[in-house]
Amino acid sequence: MPKQQANWSPYDNNGGSCVAIAGADYCVIAADTRMSTGYNILTRDYSKICKLADKCVMASSGFQADVKALQKHLAARHLIYQHQHNKQMSCPAMAQLLSNTLYYKRFFPYYSFNVLGGLDNEGKGCVFTYDAVGSYEKVGYSSQGSGSTLIMPFLDNQLKSPSPLLLPVQDAVTPLAEAEAVDLVKTVFASASERDIYTGDKLEIVVINADGIRREYMDLRKD
Amino acid sequence: MFRNQYDTDVTTWSPAGRLFQVEYAMEAVKQGSAAIGLRSKTHIVLGCVNKANSELSSHQKKIFKVDDHIGVAIAGLTADGRVLSRYMRNECINYSFTYESPLPVGRLVVQLADKAQVCTQRSWKRPYGVGLLVAGLDESGAHLYYNCPSGNYFEYQAFAIGSRSQAAKTYLERRFKNFSDSSRDNLVKDALMAIRETLQGETLKSSICTVAVVGVGEPFHILDQETVQQMIDAFEIVGEQEGPAAEPDAAAAAAAGQEAAAADQGGSTEEGVAPMDI
Repeated sequence: MPKQQANWSPYDNNGGSCVAIAGADYCVIAADTRMSTGYNILTRDYSKICKLADKCVMASSGFQADVKALQKHLAARHLIYQHQHNKQMSCPAMAQLLSNTLYYKRFFPYYSFNVLGGLDNEGKGCVFTYDAVGSYEKVGYSSQGSGSTLIMPFLDNQLKSPSPLLLPVQDAVTPLAEAEAVDLVKTVFASASERDIYTGDKLEIVVINADGIRREYMDLRKD
Repeated sequence: MFRNQYDTDVTTWSPAGRLFQVEYAMEAVKQGSAAIGLRSKTHIVLGCVNKANSELSSHQKKIFKVDDHIGVAIAGLTADGRVLSRYMRNECINYSFTYESPLPVGRLVVQLADKAQVCTQRSWKRPYGVGLLVAGLDESGAHLYYNCPSGNYFEYQAFAIGSRSQAAKTYLERRFKNFSDSSRDNLVKDALMAIRETLQGETLKSSICTVAVVGVGEPFHILDQETVQQMIDAFEIVGEQEGPAAEPDAAAAAAAGQEAAAADQGGSTEEGVAPMDI
């Protein structure tokens, strides 16, 4: 009998794009609000962004059922941390926890492509970017999801991140001001919506700085 | 307390139908420093006396946040209390994860009571030596429960446990009828007064007591020292206290108990009838 193939997949891709940009004292995390399956739109109004801790926010694209499960899992772990340590988790700590959580399911992964953004213990912006099984890196900016191939080269061009091969080692953090970073994000998503069919409808932007967390919305193309 | 041939094992009944190990565990609760709880329709206040071994050491933590809507104050073996708090926190987190809503307090105390009961029926275990005052808010309102090592639990309008708790209980018994409609601040004031009753003349300062509040629109949190000291000063609670109340001396179990372990033969149940929920 020839080897049987599966006639169903546990995964689905709900599309969408996420971006995060780190600044000297702020961090911008953004994602579109379109949720799709195949060539159909499920809803135009679904948030892919989740606040994990006071100064730590995650945006994930991919299979939203796995994303939701991952968010709940991390939220529960954060509660336990708060009970044990009497304080909120820092962004770098949450970054490591997310990596470990993803790798835990190395052989049945969360189909979730994440960017984690927030402020570190000194108040500087930080962005961490992941693959589906937990490989992660601290960067100055990143994008994930269906539009990332369109967005990432544009961010590279604009943010001129220093090469890690150069000496002396420079900070990955961007020299942009907060307002400029937010504008850049809006531009980037407007462009991505033009060519990526899975990105559009509305853009949700979250900005974390010393004053707290602020949320902004912008309309995108609905086609 | 008396030594006798039926008290070695938790799984040995005495001829009078008592489990002495369980009763000895309740005795451990009475030896711990006092903890009190009282509630109105919308708020519950927990308070405890901080006892430190010496001036050099810090005092033990006796009030724990279990979830945004539940907190617990303990008296007795604080190590056992810590372990049970961890269990309660886990149960709340798991329930929230599954049902996306807060664990009803009544469910939690039953689980806690069943956990305590197991330890009274296994020869290789010992009862938990801690009494817990569980304060929680859920859809059905504000609740205050007392869980004892025997596996019993009761709901109260107000209660006090630990050493010299009888003094606090007397104060609470006098005033509990007003608690239901009390404002949040008055409830805290009553809690501080009750704590003062257990101090037997010692001055009430925020450094020797801890107060925590949970209520409608107010997640469980422990009040910081300054706030407590301000309230003490504002209500002019600092003062002398009248003669200490008589302390229960007998082997009797918790007041108003219905199950077998609390049979009132031998020692008298000095504890009296604690105010029950109306």
